[in-house]
Amino acid sequence: MHKDLLRLARAELTVRGHLLTCVVAAVLAGLLVLAQAELLSGVLSGGLATSALLPLAAVVMARALLGGLQGVAAGRTASALKSVLRRGLLARLRDLGPARLTAHRSGELVTLAGRGLDALDPYVTGYLPAVAVAGVVPLAVLVRLFAADLGTAVIVLLTLPLIPVFGALVGWQTKMVTERQWRALSRLGGHFLDVVRGLPTLRAFGRARYQATVIEQVAGAHRAATMRTLRVAFLSSLVLELVASLSLALVAVPVGLRLLSGSLDLRTALLVLLLAPEAYIPLRAVGTRFHAAMEGVAAADQTFAVLDDATSGDAPVPDPEKTAETGTSGDAPVPDAEKTAETGHGPVAALSPPAEAGAGVPEIRLENVTVRYPGREDAALDDVSLVVAAGERVALVGESGAGKSTLLHLLLGFVSPSEGRVLVGGTDLRTLDLDLWRRRLAFVPQRPHLFATSVAANIRLGSDATPEAVRAAAGAARAAEFVRDLPEGYETVVGERGANLSAGQRQRVALARAFCRPDAELLLLDEPTARLDGRSEAAIVDATRALAEGRTAVIVAHRPAMIELADRVIRVDAGRIVSDRPASRPAPLPPAPVPGAGAPDAWAERTR
Amino acid sequence: MSTPQGRIARARAGRPLPRTGGRLVAAMAAGAAAELAGLGLIAAAAWLITRAAEQPPLAALSVAIVAVRAFATSRGLFRYGERLAGHDVALRAQATTREGMYEALIPAGPLGHRGADLLSRMVDDTDAVQDLLVRCLLPAVAAAVTAAAAVTLGAFLLPAAALVLLAGLLVAGLALPAVATTAARRWSARLAPARADLAARVADLVHGAADLAAYGAGERALDAAAEADARLAALERRQARANAAALALGTLVQGLTVAAIVLVAQRAGTGQVATAVLALTALVSFEPVLPLAAAGERLAGVMAALRRLREIRATPPAVAEPAAPAAPPAGPLTVRVDDLVVRHDPARPPALDGVSLTLTPGRRVAVVGPSGAGKSTLLSALMRTTGFESGDILVNDVSARDLSPDDVRARITGLTQDPYVFQASLRDNLRLAGPEAGEEELADALRRARLDAWAGRTGWDTPLGEDGRTVSGGQLQRLALARALLYDPEVLLLDEPAESLDGTTADALMADLLDVTHGRTTLLVTHRLHGLEGVDEIIVLEGGKVTQRGHHDELVAAPGYYRDLWESEALTTA
Repeated sequence: MHKDLLRLARAELTVRGHLLTCVVAAVLAGLLVLAQAELLSGVLSGGLATSALLPLAAVVMARALLGGLQGVAAGRTASALKSVLRRGLLARLRDLGPARLTAHRSGELVTLAGRGLDALDPYVTGYLPAVAVAGVVPLAVLVRLFAADLGTAVIVLLTLPLIPVFGALVGWQTKMVTERQWRALSRLGGHFLDVVRGLPTLRAFGRARYQATVIEQVAGAHRAATMRTLRVAFLSSLVLELVASLSLALVAVPVGLRLLSGSLDLRTALLVLLLAPEAYIPLRAVGTRFHAAMEGVAAADQTFAVLDDATSGDAPVPDPEKTAETGTSGDAPVPDAEKTAETGHGPVAALSPPAEAGAGVPEIRLENVTVRYPGREDAALDDVSLVVAAGERVALVGESGAGKSTLLHLLLGFVSPSEGRVLVGGTDLRTLDLDLWRRRLAFVPQRPHLFATSVAANIRLGSDATPEAVRAAAGAARAAEFVRDLPEGYETVVGERGANLSAGQRQRVALARAFCRPDAELLLLDEPTARLDGRSEAAIVDATRALAEGRTAVIVAHRPAMIELADRVIRVDAGRIVSDRPASRPAPLPPAPVPGAGAPDAWAERTR
Repeated sequence: MSTPQGRIARARAGRPLPRTGGRLVAAMAAGAAAELAGLGLIAAAAWLITRAAEQPPLAALSVAIVAVRAFATSRGLFRYGERLAGHDVALRAQATTREGMYEALIPAGPLGHRGADLLSRMVDDTDAVQDLLVRCLLPAVAAAVTAAAAVTLGAFLLPAAALVLLAGLLVAGLALPAVATTAARRWSARLAPARADLAARVADLVHGAADLAAYGAGERALDAAAEADARLAALERRQARANAAALALGTLVQGLTVAAIVLVAQRAGTGQVATAVLALTALVSFEPVLPLAAAGERLAGVMAALRRLREIRATPPAVAEPAAPAAPPAGPLTVRVDDLVVRHDPARPPALDGVSLTLTPGRRVAVVGPSGAGKSTLLSALMRTTGFESGDILVNDVSARDLSPDDVRARITGLTQDPYVFQASLRDNLRLAGPEAGEEELADALRRARLDAWAGRTGWDTPLGEDGRTVSGGQLQRLALARALLYDPEVLLLDEPAESLDGTTADALMADLLDVTHGRTTLLVTHRLHGLEGVDEIIVLEGGKVTQRGHHDELVAAPGYYRDLWESEALTTA
């Protein structure tokens, strides 16, 4: 029995009620088998009149009803339990925040919160009621057998424990072998998947047909190995099967002989014959449901590992193993433990009551900020000091991995400095209520996520903008034209992860999101024109220029057109600012991009 | 697909069980025998007890006693045999299905450009054959044989009772499973969108975490996910209700059938012995029949999986094999692409629209352009993994339409889009491009791809790929380059995916690509311009059309995509 699951089932009233109904119905239905055997043996032996078939039918009906009730309650238990766990998981994901979900782990979590929890179904609907029945019904049968016929009762009493004992013994012996074999089997599936995935590569080198024979050989070898193991593994079920059926023989033959001698009446004999197998059935049912149930236990373990991660500590200190920055870098910075506290919506939390920075377009000041990711020697940002004046437009340039995105994430509050501090409008970002602070920002990430909802809802994300405002924002972001051409215009639902829009169109929807926050004072753009062709880029640059008007803007850029609209160009390399110049002096075209040559502003000239 | 192998593959894929017939019959026989032994055990025991109550001489019971013991022992043994034979058959059938699927996939097309998820699902779907046998077919056969035996036995004792039993068994064994199958199909049609909706909401929460946090929309997204969960839970509860009803009906049919048989037998004045045998065999004969409802439920999923596999097999290959392929081209190759038009989707503009280029022996041509411009489509058209709508590809003046795609690919190939690392050693991963190559040649290919230092650290025999050592983007490209160099085709195609690499790595790889292609007929697709001064011609592809072509110096001098990219590259790598 899973400890955490049981705790949860007790704590959640809905789950507890359904689970109780399910278990009670299962046990009652199991006990009614005794009544059924009683009546049937009575009628067959002539001990009861034919009219006793009526109560027999009633018992059958009651069993059917209870069985149905058990099924319904089990389904309700399972879905309620899954909902509780799923909501817990999702709330936990939200609390983790963007900086702590690595690409790898996030995929795992998506699966767990979706189909993964369905593995609980066989555990809840099959295994749990079976365990309850196995705990009650064999005992009840034994009691009745002792009352009816001592000899039979003793035989059943002696053989009954053989089932769990042999099950455990043989199971224990074959467990290791079978587990290895299941892994081998999944490798076989893996091999096939591997070959199918690599088929284009095999095709390119004329090896595709040859590989077919390899698939055949691998499958053959694995089948032979699997069958060798199964011959042993199935011995356990052979033993159990033999115990159950031989016990019936052990009961039936002596009973027959005693009937012959007249020391037993037919009614008792038939009752014994009908009841004896019922003692074994519940125990074997637990065994057959065990394997499927264990998958559910694994899913539950996984879920509670994630949930306890949230509830064990009271401070949301990022776990170094599990934290990560979204985007290019793999891990999140370790926040200073002293400065994180009980509350907060992400890795950055406030000690003192959250303050609000002075209203208006803010000045941004970084004072000797160092951001360090666990497991990495080099700091992502290394002792960076920087002032961005209110209303200034700054372009960040540099190699990928230089720390540009980290700088944006710092201003967003996704990561916090290990050393130094970030001041916005003169207030330490750490003391701000992050929700309030973020309301003053408009952010366009490098790879914006489009949600599986309408285009309009994607643009209005997080606000209650009117349809007119949404249209205006789309127009400003040069998105209105393609949105009009969509089958249902602004109400078109974009596919999962925005699959049915091109990269340029996705980028423009994300930009429209920023436009839909007319009150935003700080604009943070992460390579808004990456992966766009020239024409889309020109549209975005124009839109961005309009958006940046009257706001402070920090733009990670790598294309000349985008860099051109900045007042200042800051080059970041290996976590440090290596140059910081105004971007206003036009210069002739350079001959070639020699590494290290020329200041970035030297050719920040619009050439088209 | 008109090659003999292709036809065999189709035929084989169409029939999952040809090589397993005998074993399947053995498994069915063992399963049926196990159930019959169970039936025999209860019949013999019932007869033994009721007959003993009449106190006949002991000798009259001896046969029954022996029968009880024999049935009790043999039931377990038959069951053991069934499980072994059944799993053996299932594994063989699955292997055959996979082989058939694989051979159907060899000609490019059926799974074309679909994602990894779809491939995983196809592999999972091949498991359905196992379920079809072990969880549907074998239990159904055993149940049918047992039911037939019980009805036959009943017919000898009391035909009227046998009819009652037959009716009960038909309801429990045919009607209920049929309803369960239909219901499962209907439910999965309703559950699938609800599941997909929930999955999309969850994915939104996770993958859109940054957007949600920045825009303060996390709470709403969480609510939307909770609503999707509630909708799914409501459907699941209703499905559970339907399944519970099927279960309850089964129990009801079993119990009422037994009661009715007893009633019929007593009304007919059948003796106590026969009545007991009739009632108890009826009771037990339902045991293999009742689980068929669950099997029917599973059958709906199995049939859906098999239907998906059939659909994949029925998809025609992207490039048809010519009826009478021309002789494979020999000698140094000249490839002329002439006004080529490739269209992936009839409803959309062509991916390549009137592209022409010529590759004479030793000539190096580079193709640049924004992503989605058709660069990789051009390579895959040359490799004959994508068909073309009009225009032509001439290999030594023979149209590629008249050549076998395999023959074209054997000569025009190289580093393709999305190269793959197999879960195998570095040696095997490399050797697939040169099965006959000796150690020296392998080492040489690695050296030229600048992968020798890495190979020295990693080792030649360390497993790579999913469970093995991870391979970085740059190393993967270099491994693919080493394969291409080892294979040494007449026309070398190089698809350089700089997007996955950072600037320094991309430039280093690019330099090496240009270095090793000196003197080879090469078509290079690239996103980085650094070093393209040395190639014979550069083609700028935008929106499927050639917008610029010429030498580096000419392109840099003219305004356009090339010059823009050149400038931005200068900025970011300075």
